[in-house]
Amino acid sequence: MSGGHSTYTPKTGFGRWMDARLPLPRLVYDSFVAYPVPRNLNYAYTFGGILTLMLAVQILTGIVLAMHYASNTEIAFNSVEKIMRDVNSGWLLRYLHSNGASFFFIAVYVHIFRGLYYGSYKAPRELLWILGCIIYLLMMATAFMGYVLPWGQMSFWGATVITGFFTAIPLVGDWIQQLLLGGFAVDNPTLNRFFSLHYLLPFMIAGVVVLHIWALHVTGQSNPTGIEVKQKTDTVAFTPYATIKDGFAMVVFFLVFAYFVFYIPNYLGHPDNYIEANPLKTPAHIVPEWYFLPFYAILRAITFNIGPIDSKLGGVLAMFGAIAVLFVVPWLDTSKVRSAVYRPWYKLFFWLFVADAIFLGWLGSRPAEGTYVAMAQAATLYYFAFFVVVMPVLGLVETPRRPPNSITEAVLEKNKPGTPAAQTAGEA
Amino acid sequence: MSATDSTEHTRRDFLYVATGVAGAVGAAGAIWPFIDQMRPDASTRALASIQVDVSGVEPGMSLTVKWRGQPVFIRNRTDEEIEAARQVPLDDLKDPIARNDNLPADAPATDIDRSAGEGKENWLVMIGICTHLGCVPLGQQGDFGGWFCPCHGSHYDTAGRVRKGPAPENMAVPAFEFISDTVVQIG
Amino acid sequence: MKTFLNGLAALGLGIAMATPADAAEYPLKKPPQLEWSFDGPFGAYDKGQLQRGLKIYREVCSSCHSLDLVAFRNLEDLGYTEEQVRAIAAEYEVEDGPDENGDMFTRPATPSDHFPAPFANPQQAAASNNGAAPPDFSLLAKARAVERGFPTFVFDIFTQYAEGGPDYIHALLTGYEEDAEGHEVPEGTYYNPYFLNAVSLSMAPPLSDGMVTYEDGSPETVDQYARDIAAFMMWAAEPHMEARKETGFTVMVFLVLFGGLVYLTKRKVWAEVH
Repeated sequence: MSGGHSTYTPKTGFGRWMDARLPLPRLVYDSFVAYPVPRNLNYAYTFGGILTLMLAVQILTGIVLAMHYASNTEIAFNSVEKIMRDVNSGWLLRYLHSNGASFFFIAVYVHIFRGLYYGSYKAPRELLWILGCIIYLLMMATAFMGYVLPWGQMSFWGATVITGFFTAIPLVGDWIQQLLLGGFAVDNPTLNRFFSLHYLLPFMIAGVVVLHIWALHVTGQSNPTGIEVKQKTDTVAFTPYATIKDGFAMVVFFLVFAYFVFYIPNYLGHPDNYIEANPLKTPAHIVPEWYFLPFYAILRAITFNIGPIDSKLGGVLAMFGAIAVLFVVPWLDTSKVRSAVYRPWYKLFFWLFVADAIFLGWLGSRPAEGTYVAMAQAATLYYFAFFVVVMPVLGLVETPRRPPNSITEAVLEKNKPGTPAAQTAGEA
Repeated sequence: MSATDSTEHTRRDFLYVATGVAGAVGAAGAIWPFIDQMRPDASTRALASIQVDVSGVEPGMSLTVKWRGQPVFIRNRTDEEIEAARQVPLDDLKDPIARNDNLPADAPATDIDRSAGEGKENWLVMIGICTHLGCVPLGQQGDFGGWFCPCHGSHYDTAGRVRKGPAPENMAVPAFEFISDTVVQIG
Repeated sequence: MKTFLNGLAALGLGIAMATPADAAEYPLKKPPQLEWSFDGPFGAYDKGQLQRGLKIYREVCSSCHSLDLVAFRNLEDLGYTEEQVRAIAAEYEVEDGPDENGDMFTRPATPSDHFPAPFANPQQAAASNNGAAPPDFSLLAKARAVERGFPTFVFDIFTQYAEGGPDYIHALLTGYEEDAEGHEVPEGTYYNPYFLNAVSLSMAPPLSDGMVTYEDGSPETVDQYARDIAAFMMWAAEPHMEARKETGFTVMVFLVLFGGLVYLTKRKVWAEVH
């Protein structure tokens, strides 16, 4: 997967024999041992590794949960409870899987915001970024369908609301919704197909992850300075340097994950999902899982008709648009400097955007009434303005600070104590 | 200088080994739940032992109950059936071993060893699975008045011992005991 | 790095803020936070309390509320022996069959059976209770919680508050009031400012002082009854909580030690680069 030329030399006779037939050891050596990474990567860059690990955790716990789960509306809820009560270690596997989804999203959000902050999407890494956006979309689909499986009240009504989006599409909307549901409402056919797809999609994610890492290894990692690698002293070998650093970050991340799993496993869930689905009774407030809340707020913020588009279709378009806009970020950012470290104004707008996304998340958990609607509209406006106004305009008008000449220079300056540069370039 | 170098080396090697060992221990611990979940679950284990009321089973009648997913025949034998089984010399048996989980593994297949024992010799409790290929034999049929397996024609006598056909062993007697005169606990 | 880490801290807050929490106008009062034997990282169920809770369930609640997911064998968790469990189970009749004639019949329950439900189906339960089917008890302690509000729910992460269910159940059972304080109470319902969905509920105050006899000398008051049944319901909803917290402690200790070792190794490895 490495773009550079291979430095692998088999040491044993078997190694040479293997190398001439299936050079898998060479691939592993070039991609995960000798592969050069910038020496100034900070801990924000460890989340790629953490995400790979979380995908593995979710697939492994998911496979064993599927050995006990029954995707039939009559028994689905009780089969999950059987896992929680009777299956050996079942409670642990189930709590790992349900909290694992949340921690997968925590990691992916840090990963995405890190990319936005350091301009990791800029040429030549556009495809790398787009592959990441595809993974994120697949993750959302997987998580949504997985949440339906326990067949609780939130499962059922969440599925009803989200598949209801498609009825907003003119002319063919109802037809598409019935196609997705396999009926006129969420029912047994829906649950069965969601289970099938929930099992399939993670393997598609794994496939796109391979492409994502391939693309990464062709262009090489970006880094906090945003300057490309120029000389050998700019990099260190992936193993042991990056592996041990990623490993430490993984252990710390797992510590927080374990805290939730073992001490507050239901904190991120909703009590109503411990009530079996009842198609005749809607809970007082339907809220999606926390990681969808910002998009849910954007959906509900469109309360007005825009020309021929009614508010229902407008909300759905805005919500999908909020994700779609991520795909074109590499071409929206006009700045010549990659990293926010040297862009004081972009830095400000970036953190405003992070705050805005969090604020939207909070609004998504509020009922859509009164001042919440107006606040959601303002926050939605900034969400889109950040991408379609701030990114292109700021790149043209902002005067960035001068970046160092090389990664090595940035590291040396940082290690020199007491200089102003040590504080300002202190991103390593 | 070389001395400090080697202490430094030893200390570093120790750290690497300790980290590696801790990682291996953690990985092993993490794998355990994935294996543990495959074992029979609590609801299955709760049915590993069942109690059956046999007060309604008159001589000449039998009862089939499900135990660990398999049929168990509980037969209250008539005096004639017991006598017929006792008449058979051990040398005539295809399988001379009792196959009774309540007795030593080499106990001979006498009628008393096949039954519930002294004072309860009228009771025959056994797993109703033909020892040939796992079919369920039919009761009170076959050449010996015991059981007959329709799949491949094995004949069992009134003590559940194979007498003819491809079955290699007598039908198995599970671990059981009469916890009162009328209740038998299997498993 | 510093700015990014500050940002992460803000993000963490945001995740906490984004936790589902609805701004319902009910309940009118928030349940008081009680001390439970099972709260905190080392919490464990008080077996005596669970046995008292079971007694209340059997003598009072079980005439209307089912407990579908709990099997008699689970009662060994409460400190009963196998024989005692068998004896408790035998006091119940469960439906079995069909027999050889094709008829369903009843027989005494065995430890592997689940608690039989008081009503044959939800429709019958609703018809017998003024149209409001009494909810099943098995998961109620996890299916009910009152919104904690900002910033309390952020602190809840660190205090490990996970007893919203039992707190709510206790508050509801002790919270019936005669005076509706000007609220309109529909016919056939009872005013309770702690009820999650409305000003009043269909269940009449189910407990009264002295109605269940305790053998262990615990006070026979509504307050004590409410605590005991709430604890019992928490056990019914989360029977493996003790194993979870014990495993958790081992895992946390391991991860801290392992993390320390990995950190030292990381420092050693990087020492040559910096």
